[in-house]
Amino acid sequence: MNCRSEVLEVSVEGRQVEEAMLAVLHTVLLHRSTGKFHYKKEGTYSIGTVGTQDVDCDFIDFTYVRVSSEELDRALRKVVGEFKDALRNSGGDGLGQMSLEFYQKKKSRWPFSDECIPWEVWTVKVHVVALATEQERQICREKVGEKLCEKIINIVEVMNRHEYLPKMPTQSEVDNVFDTGLRDVQPYLY
Amino acid sequence: METDLNSQDRKDLDKFIKFFALKTVQVIVQARLGEKICTRSSSSPTGSDWFNLAIKDIPEVTHEAKKALAGQLPAVGRSMCVEISLKTSEGDSMELEIWCLEMNEKCDKEIKVSYTVYNRLSLLLKSLLAITRVTPAYRLSRKQGHEYVILYRIYFGEVQLSGLGEGFQTVRVGTVGTPVGTITLSCAYRINLAFMSTRQFERTPPIMGIIIDHFVDRPYPSSSPMHPCNYRTAGEDTGVIYPSVEDSQEVCTTSFSTSPPSQPAALGVGSADLAYPVVFAAGLNATHPHQLMVPGKEGGVPLAPNQPVHGTQADQERLATCTPSDRTHCAATPSSSEDTETVSNSSEGRASPHDVLETIFVRKVGAFVNKPINQVTLTSLDIPFAMFAPKNLELEDTDPMVNPPDSPETESPLQGSLHSDGSSGGSSGNTHDDFVMIDFKPAFSKDDILPMDLGTFYREFQNPPQLSSLSIDIGAQSMAEDLDSLPEKLAVHEKNVREFDAFVETLQ
Repeated sequence: MNCRSEVLEVSVEGRQVEEAMLAVLHTVLLHRSTGKFHYKKEGTYSIGTVGTQDVDCDFIDFTYVRVSSEELDRALRKVVGEFKDALRNSGGDGLGQMSLEFYQKKKSRWPFSDECIPWEVWTVKVHVVALATEQERQICREKVGEKLCEKIINIVEVMNRHEYLPKMPTQSEVDNVFDTGLRDVQPYLY
Repeated sequence: METDLNSQDRKDLDKFIKFFALKTVQVIVQARLGEKICTRSSSSPTGSDWFNLAIKDIPEVTHEAKKALAGQLPAVGRSMCVEISLKTSEGDSMELEIWCLEMNEKCDKEIKVSYTVYNRLSLLLKSLLAITRVTPAYRLSRKQGHEYVILYRIYFGEVQLSGLGEGFQTVRVGTVGTPVGTITLSCAYRINLAFMSTRQFERTPPIMGIIIDHFVDRPYPSSSPMHPCNYRTAGEDTGVIYPSVEDSQEVCTTSFSTSPPSQPAALGVGSADLAYPVVFAAGLNATHPHQLMVPGKEGGVPLAPNQPVHGTQADQERLATCTPSDRTHCAATPSSSEDTETVSNSSEGRASPHDVLETIFVRKVGAFVNKPINQVTLTSLDIPFAMFAPKNLELEDTDPMVNPPDSPETESPLQGSLHSDGSSGGSSGNTHDDFVMIDFKPAFSKDDILPMDLGTFYREFQNPPQLSSLSIDIGAQSMAEDLDSLPEKLAVHEKNVREFDAFVETLQ
């Protein structure tokens, strides 16, 4: 199976890194999350409801929509925070990238461990710029906002191509396809 | 185009398309309310959240959408459109976006209705949620209020893009293939607004020069059953029942089968679940029928009762008997037929076809909006500086801005201050009757026990007496006397020439 790969590039100021990353990752996960599955008898299942909420960025003129799940938000913020710190500490050119990979687990016989097969990878490349004046920062706020709008449109375009998605699993296999660890929503394994 | 779609699939598909259209309108309108939207995830399926998404139903919006659809569904040549426009406080309006839900003839006969189509429609709604926040109108709608408001209008039929001006852009939200055609959701938006940053709508005087298209009478295409109408605020409509709320109790698919997709899905029971009231922070102005209204707490609108429990149990029993090998759908019957819409509302202004626009957002009247008193009730609105609003617009000659009050007598203000107490009464001689005397508390100043505090000082020295040298007292001197005294002055200055020269040298 071929893994679908998408790359998004953004140029942001240092303090915009987190929000820009979160905006992109949350938008992707919004499309790649479903409600919690509740399996019933004889192979049927029902799906819970996914809530959404708007998030205003503080350093960018931009609002994005995320899944209403504090656990998911916390998990993403943690990872993005680590990325931001790594970017800052690396010094140098201010270039970095982070990938969000959706995968399926394939059970293997003992003694081999389960295989993780990616089916979609989103890579976000970040270029951090340093700005000197407040006016430049204000312009950057707007420009980055506009750029993120374009990125969201790109993401939506890809999502609506309706290309490969893992088949809906049976109850025993749901953990191979979805992350069932969250209480309120169920994203694909990532 | 009819295919070998069985009747149950066809029925399901029609239902999916219908509710997808209604939810699309809700998402678009709610995204233009000017507020952040937040709904909760629920791990337990309620059966009332179509497409497994928590999208609230604003009853008025559903009602208008159903009215526009008039029992039809989007089909080839018949699109459902939601027009978003902006209206300024001066009454000018401009179309910002047109969201179109269209159907074309390209069919996907292999696709499974109750599973794949449903999930893809859900995905498309998520995309719509994301896209509605990235078009330029979103930022404008978040800043609406004093200078302008955002309006919406739903119509069914041919798409009208002429009002968007030249060079509008289109973004495609997504498509879903079905056995009867491909559903496409897109947005055409005005782009010259992108050059008018939102700053232009913040505290700027007349925007009229910017608006390109403002016309009151919209050209209605002859084929579309559009019904622009007024909205009443929830405050006025306490007695109105929206039958559409009952219709939203139609069951939505909540159960799926993990067996091969050819197996049918069992349908769960639905009930209108409006457990989370949506509170929009806006007041209501009952005197403005055309105003956009944000519905207040949903408790203000009568809610349809939940489905009876016994119905739920009966349907769940049927649910349990659905097996993957059983091709018959376990359909729960909806509590009310979707065709029996009885509009009980016959209040005035509702069905007026000539009234402009459907409005849903409330407009707070800004402090300096020049409105006749009979349209705006100042006391009923929460406007800043209400006390300063002129009570009688005709008395211009008493307006202090037109005729400033006379300056006080030239007495020593210092004398006055020593006898004044604290921060009050000091300069009341200057107060015009229309102004309300308030305690003057200058910034960074402590209101302490000193008799001469900053506020008192500031007030007293706001109107100092005129300098004597500047006062023109023609009687005191005449021109001739001035000329006579000149030679004497010149002689004195000539004596001091050396001093002047030394001074000049020090400057160089």
